[in-house]
Amino acid sequence: MLGLNKKDFLLLLIVTMLTMLAPFVLNPFPEGSALAQFNAGYPDLMQRFVIFGIFAIGFNILFGLTGYLSFGHAAFLGVGSYAAIWMMKLLTMNVIPAIIVAVVVAGLFSVVVGFISLRRSGIYFSILTLAFAMMSYQLAYSVLTPITGGETGLQPKVNDPRLLDSALVDGATPTANLFGLSMRSSYELEIGSWLFTFNAGYYVAAVVMLLSFYLAIRIFRSPFGMMLRAVKSNQNRMKYTGLNPKPYTLAAFVISGMYAGLAGGLMVAMDSQVGPERMFWTASGEVVLMTILGGVGTLIGPVLGAGAIKYMENIISKINTEILHSWFSFLPDGLEDLIVNLTYPFIGKGWHLTLGIVFMLVVIFLPGGLVEGAQRIAGLIRRKDKSGGMPPASAKAEPAE
Amino acid sequence: MGILEVSGVNKRFGGLQALGDVNLDIVENTIHAIIGPNGAGKSTLLNCLIGKLDPDTGSVMFDGKPVLGLAPHQINQMGISRVFQTPEIFAELTVLENVVIPCFAKRDGPFRMHAYESVFHENELMDKAESILRDLNMHMKKEMHAGALSRGDKRRLEMAMCLVQEPKLLLLDEPTAGMARADTNNTIDLLKEIKEKRDITMVVIEHDMHVVFSLAEKISVLAQGSIIAEGLPQDIKGNPKVQEAYLGGAQL
Ligand SMILES: Nc1ncnc2c1ncn2[C@@H]1O[C@H](COP(=O)(O)OP(=O)(O)OP(=O)(O)O)[C@@H](O)[C@H]1O
Ligand SMILES: [Mg+2]
Repeated sequence: MLGLNKKDFLLLLIVTMLTMLAPFVLNPFPEGSALAQFNAGYPDLMQRFVIFGIFAIGFNILFGLTGYLSFGHAAFLGVGSYAAIWMMKLLTMNVIPAIIVAVVVAGLFSVVVGFISLRRSGIYFSILTLAFAMMSYQLAYSVLTPITGGETGLQPKVNDPRLLDSALVDGATPTANLFGLSMRSSYELEIGSWLFTFNAGYYVAAVVMLLSFYLAIRIFRSPFGMMLRAVKSNQNRMKYTGLNPKPYTLAAFVISGMYAGLAGGLMVAMDSQVGPERMFWTASGEVVLMTILGGVGTLIGPVLGAGAIKYMENIISKINTEILHSWFSFLPDGLEDLIVNLTYPFIGKGWHLTLGIVFMLVVIFLPGGLVEGAQRIAGLIRRKDKSGGMPPASAKAEPAE
Repeated sequence: MGILEVSGVNKRFGGLQALGDVNLDIVENTIHAIIGPNGAGKSTLLNCLIGKLDPDTGSVMFDGKPVLGLAPHQINQMGISRVFQTPEIFAELTVLENVVIPCFAKRDGPFRMHAYESVFHENELMDKAESILRDLNMHMKKEMHAGALSRGDKRRLEMAMCLVQEPKLLLLDEPTAGMARADTNNTIDLLKEIKEKRDITMVVIEHDMHVVFSLAEKISVLAQGSIIAEGLPQDIKGNPKVQEAYLGGAQL
């Protein structure tokens, strides 16, 4: 189906269902209940899930397949964002040109960065990409202020030219749209005490994510994808087999740069703003964490990793001392305070601490990431099903599972 | 005029003269063995033929075209494949993938952006890869990761990767090292069979004299970086200079 084998098609189908039904799936708890704060089904966060999913899917094509670890991919995301916002200022608030130009500009930029950085491999390659990203950040932050808006960044303004759009009605602000459908418009569905939000922007981003995911599966299963795994495995053997590893690696770099640009363009399509912090080195590190946390070189891993990290960032950082006190109020006062004080460093702004611990645990105990975790659980269930039967399939993560 | 002409090749590593004025003429469609003691420079010579090393001086012509200065992948595309002394394979890939990759390299050249088709829809190449695995008795291991193979199997896999490209010139650096006796004999038969079936020139480096004298039509003896003898197997067998250099006087 769709040129995929049965297993891949099933995976695509499951991911499609989950993304389409995400407003339900991510909102399991009724409004007003104590657990409602664990709901993730609000547009802003759902958009981030799929956009960072795209970012990580693309990153994994480079890192997962070729093994080249870039520490500068946020630069491409940022460049895509700036390109997109300029489309919104100059051309139209329709998101299509913004997204396309974001991909193209990020692609061109990654040709340059990739061409130079790929002269080295291993840690030197990583450092070169990091250096490029830092320079990009600095350029956006100060040197190129006329183009990037410096520290404050850019937003579409009422008096921008916008050649293709008709003049705004007095008092109206420019809103990102898809042929008139505002990215902010949402439909709310109330069932009992549950509230589900269906947001136009989310569905646009989700469809783009599904297309990106489909394309990634095709790349993984293609001769090109096999060559990228060969790059990771043994570049010498490639050369003496008549293959030139350089253009393969550069192509992977540019593809992943374009995915990053796509994510950056979509971010602008959702919130119509951009600032230099989008290119800061921590943003580049985050996509590395997402990919490793989910499972390097696996198809679904990066999406899971992106989801897990964005979920923690948004949900754990919202928990405050009051909420902690309400959770532990059943305990005697002294004990309650103690537990709250012990937990406090890990919540709110301290969510990075929690992320760090989770990340360490995963890397140490599940080197194959969340995907390996899922495979192990599946293996256990299978073993229980036919107790005394066949030994479970090896839990070792297959490279392209 | 040979298919491969090596003339006046010198290579120094610091103070060590690894190759000293090596001349070699490999006749098309023959099996040519290069023998010599450890450290004689046999592997270094092959390295100079495939672009892994650049000799300090000298020239290498393949099929009438100069080889020196070309990148390794360009030299392979001219029709030279090599089996290494320590197997160079794609350890993380499956055995089948290891053999399919050279097929793609041969058909599509050094780079092709075929990112949308599926590998498994390339029936012609897949059939070719599977049939060479059958020839080498490795078909039942095709889904295994190449890194998990035994040492002898790795070597046979690498040979399959080279043979599937149908090279004009095949360089084999100790192809039977680490193989059991039976596998060694199979390998001899396989190489003979391939030689009979189609036009191919082979250069074999071997320590195992059984292999050398079963296969070679011509032998060159390398010692301390220089060719000290060259000729038909029976001539080499009786050559006292060779016995002196190679075996310290023992009978071959
Ligand atoms: N890259 C290198 N740098 C420095 N010295 C080298 C290098 N490669 C080979 N040598 C040296 O050159 C000499 C010839 O080595 P080579 O590997 O060609 O020998 P060989 O005839 O293949 O031996 P063997 O039968 O053990 O494989 C050896 O002394 C070796 O240590
Ligand atoms: Mg050697």
